[in-house]
Amino acid sequence: MSTRTGQRDGDRRTIRCLIAKVGLDGHDRGAHVIARAFRDAGFEVIYSGLHRSPDEIVQAAVQEDVDVLGISILSGAHNTLVPKVIDGLAEYGALEDTLIILGGIIPEEDRAELEELGVAAIFGPGTPMQETVEFVREHAPERR
Amino acid sequence: MSEAATGAEALVERLLAGEHRALARAITKIENRAPGYRELVSALYGHAGDARIVGITGSPGAGKSTLVDKLARAYRDRGLTVGVIAVDPSSPYTGGAVLGDRIRMASNVGDMDVFVRSMSARGQLGGLSTATADAVTALDAFGKDRVIVETVGAGQNEVDVVRTADTVAVLVQPGSGDDVQMLKAGILEIGDLFVVNKADVEGAARTVAELEEMVHAGEGRTRATGGHHGPGFASADGREGGADGADAGPTDEADGDDAGADADGADEEGTDDWTPPVLETVATTGEGVDELVATLDEHYEYMARTGALRETVRSRYAAEIRQLIRNDAADLLDDELDRRGGVEALADAVARRETDPYAIADEVLAPVRDCLAERRSTSDDTDGD
Repeated sequence: MSTRTGQRDGDRRTIRCLIAKVGLDGHDRGAHVIARAFRDAGFEVIYSGLHRSPDEIVQAAVQEDVDVLGISILSGAHNTLVPKVIDGLAEYGALEDTLIILGGIIPEEDRAELEELGVAAIFGPGTPMQETVEFVREHAPERR
Repeated sequence: MSEAATGAEALVERLLAGEHRALARAITKIENRAPGYRELVSALYGHAGDARIVGITGSPGAGKSTLVDKLARAYRDRGLTVGVIAVDPSSPYTGGAVLGDRIRMASNVGDMDVFVRSMSARGQLGGLSTATADAVTALDAFGKDRVIVETVGAGQNEVDVVRTADTVAVLVQPGSGDDVQMLKAGILEIGDLFVVNKADVEGAARTVAELEEMVHAGEGRTRATGGHHGPGFASADGREGGADGADAGPTDEADGDDAGADADGADEEGTDDWTPPVLETVATTGEGVDELVATLDEHYEYMARTGALRETVRSRYAAEIRQLIRNDAADLLDDELDRRGGVEALADAVARRETDPYAIADEVLAPVRDCLAERRSTSDDTDGD
């Protein structure tokens, strides 16, 4: 492929991800690590920075038209923040074709409800990076 | 009509109706060169052409994103809508990228009328400039009043991107010896104005002075070669001259002194001329941003008044046409190379000294040449009748 001179139409699909820190917790090591792993996997990663509101995340996800939204929460506020993000995405018609994954500290008993809302997967501490990358590769929605 | 083309039509309709999601998807299609993207961009062209395009470039850490954020805010305060395209480099090895410009753009949260899109430099060979130009067209057609294109001022790709703007602002940070680096990179020539950001930092005044000196020393050079948007574009003989972006540039740095003397003379005669001003800003506080907005407007008006704008627009489209045709031709030729067993096999044949690159190029291109020659003679005959 690299020996080609042209850039053929349709050649350049790249998985785009938004890695978002929502709410007040300042623990961004996990978000940084995953952003770097995604980059090394050949994805385009937009990192939100710390302390973002759900609205900001929605705005960024819609405008950037990301395939994957990865939210990192370690504050325990996931039950309030995640639904707000999901509602916002729905409002802009972006919920259906955005793969939403969660990372951080999410107690087992909260998971079912979040998944019902539209979270595709939850990756807790200790998840091998490759597993997350593979999951995204497999499930990133087709852009039509 | 193909399925992709009908899809493109519906997308254009939704985009023109002001749907943000449709605008976002249109840019994705442009970036991916997804099926139907050509029909999409073709359709958008008819609705574009009203936005003013501002290019912002400068070395990493100069404060581009922060300034773009404040600039967008200032435009919004004036009731204008804004589109931003922030270009970041991607890894040449994995193609991956971390696009971090958004972190510094928080002034316009909750305001969808500032549409920020991050793009990475996927691929090579000017693909980036085609993709950004098309994305600008999408934002323009959507109805954005101002479109800001932000790139790192390193590498030909990025320079080509920012060159397509109506007005180019080059950001410099104080006291890092940056200015000398800028000269090396040849980026000085593309600036219609210079902004010393972080003007509250020690050494800013010196950087401003140095830049001003450079701008004035370079004045004649800009004039002589057409520079970026210098008056050379509106040259009296009306020919395109240096207007072809790719070729414009300082042809001879050495005659800067002579030409500088001429420039002084011209100023005394009151010729309508643009000398790139050097501004000072503190992007984090917004200091100097109003002045920046005013200067950008002034430059645009100057361009419109002198006809330089027409020349810029012409050279922008000329560059787009050339780039597109080159890419399309390259695709055709790739197919042809594949049909002949692939470029690797041909390269091996050269290594064995069975043939040579020139013979192969002649052979591969012969049918194209023949076909074009035949078409030409047929159409000449028709014209003659």
